[in-house]
Amino acid sequence: MDFLSDHQPELLPGNKKLPPVQGAIEAPHGTTIVAVTFPGGVVLAGDRRATMGNVIAQRDIEKVFPADEYSAVGIAGTAGLAVEMVKLFQLELEHFEKVEGAQLSLEGKANRLSTMIRSNLAMAMQGLAVVPLFAGYDVDREKGRIFSYDVTGGRSEEQNFAATGSGSIFARGAMKKLFRDDLSESEATTLVVQALYDAADDDSATGGPDVARRIYPIVTVITEDGFRRLSENESSDIARSILERRLEQPDGPRAALL
Amino acid sequence: MSTPFYVSPQQAMADRAEYARKGIARGRSLVVLQYADGIVFVGENPSRALHKFSEIYDRIGFAAAGKYNEYENLRIGGVRYADLRGYTYDRDDVTARGLANVYAQTLGTIFSSAAEKPYEVELVVAEVGETPEGDQIYRLPHDGSIVDEHGSVAVGGNAEQISNYLDQRHQDGMTLAEALKLAVQALSRDTNGSEREIPAERLEVAVLDRTRPQKRKFKRISGRQLGRLLEADGASTASEAEADAEAEASDGE
Repeated sequence: MDFLSDHQPELLPGNKKLPPVQGAIEAPHGTTIVAVTFPGGVVLAGDRRATMGNVIAQRDIEKVFPADEYSAVGIAGTAGLAVEMVKLFQLELEHFEKVEGAQLSLEGKANRLSTMIRSNLAMAMQGLAVVPLFAGYDVDREKGRIFSYDVTGGRSEEQNFAATGSGSIFARGAMKKLFRDDLSESEATTLVVQALYDAADDDSATGGPDVARRIYPIVTVITEDGFRRLSENESSDIARSILERRLEQPDGPRAALL
Repeated sequence: MSTPFYVSPQQAMADRAEYARKGIARGRSLVVLQYADGIVFVGENPSRALHKFSEIYDRIGFAAAGKYNEYENLRIGGVRYADLRGYTYDRDDVTARGLANVYAQTLGTIFSSAAEKPYEVELVVAEVGETPEGDQIYRLPHDGSIVDEHGSVAVGGNAEQISNYLDQRHQDGMTLAEALKLAVQALSRDTNGSEREIPAERLEVAVLDRTRPQKRKFKRISGRQLGRLLEADGASTASEAEADAEAEASDGE
């Protein structure tokens, strides 16, 4: 990034001159991203909808990306800017690894992302915000960790679960009721899809599983073995089993009252 | 004012080349060989911190003999060039040929510039293809020329003798264990023809393996895996190599 800013600063996302605008810019926005930790790792998942105002801009957008072998980023906010930010973030991690011969610490990666979001503040003020969720496996501490951000680059580590995007309030509510300390990997993946289902249920900008078009949430798992994205079959199995249960119980699993 | 002595350009260049060659000859040699599933880099390197081989990009590896600080400079330059290319265009647009050209330009400029001393380095840039025919190996001597190599290449102090030895024995389609053994045999021959033993912990070995499921094909081989490959004899090599490949795939590293 330092090299880029010296030599080709126009390639950096934050350095673009903006035309003067009247009113909000219409650009596709991504919506809900959720993450949950389990003993031995972390799961990061996102829905597939991008919206532009009241229009669905894209049904099958991908909003969760591997950042490197042991971490992943999910993006909410202006899709174009966010994808570019992730691309630069991936590049930086890889570049550091090759030049130094060692990986950045998870904390270091999270801090780097924070600076990148901060550099986008001018655009965020014009309505082009990018708010990612960063999750990774900390090889030193041997556990999964989640970091959330605000538009100014403020970084905070989340315990157990986190969500970002327009449907995040509903997803967080669902996760709060479903989370347990002893989730297995497959339970954790089911939990995030449940949370995304609830977000899609109440937020018009979040897409639910689309059985007709075979579009299912993107679910990724990061453990000691590295990053893994669930295949289409695996995530369709999870989504379909949830869908089947919801035919009988539309609001999903009931938590105990006391 | 004193008049400087006249030195003919031929003499000046010959002196610079001599200087660079002597510097390179002081370093230990290393070899780069093609094998069935990719390209293997083998060299004697007592240091674990200073690498002679490293990853430049997805399919491109880098090897260097000579002065560490000078080739490290070139290596970082190469990583920057490759990463910038890949970010600006696409990962597929980063090629060994392009990188070798950049190195040749840099080395050539430094070699003929009177203001700087010539770099005492010799580089190898290798790219692994989808098939063995797609593999590319370029050797870049100190003066900025590019030599397109096939099969095997040696650089460093004893390079000429080692590459003669390799040329006679290297075959296409060798397994990793066979290629590795051949490389170690070649490296352990001294200038005076006698042989010495190079223990496994003094070897630095890396591969560009086209069968790796990841995008980044570069991988270092060390410790137990290296010991296994060196011990394996002809009959069991194929199955061992497969077992290694599987172990590595499940590593997810």
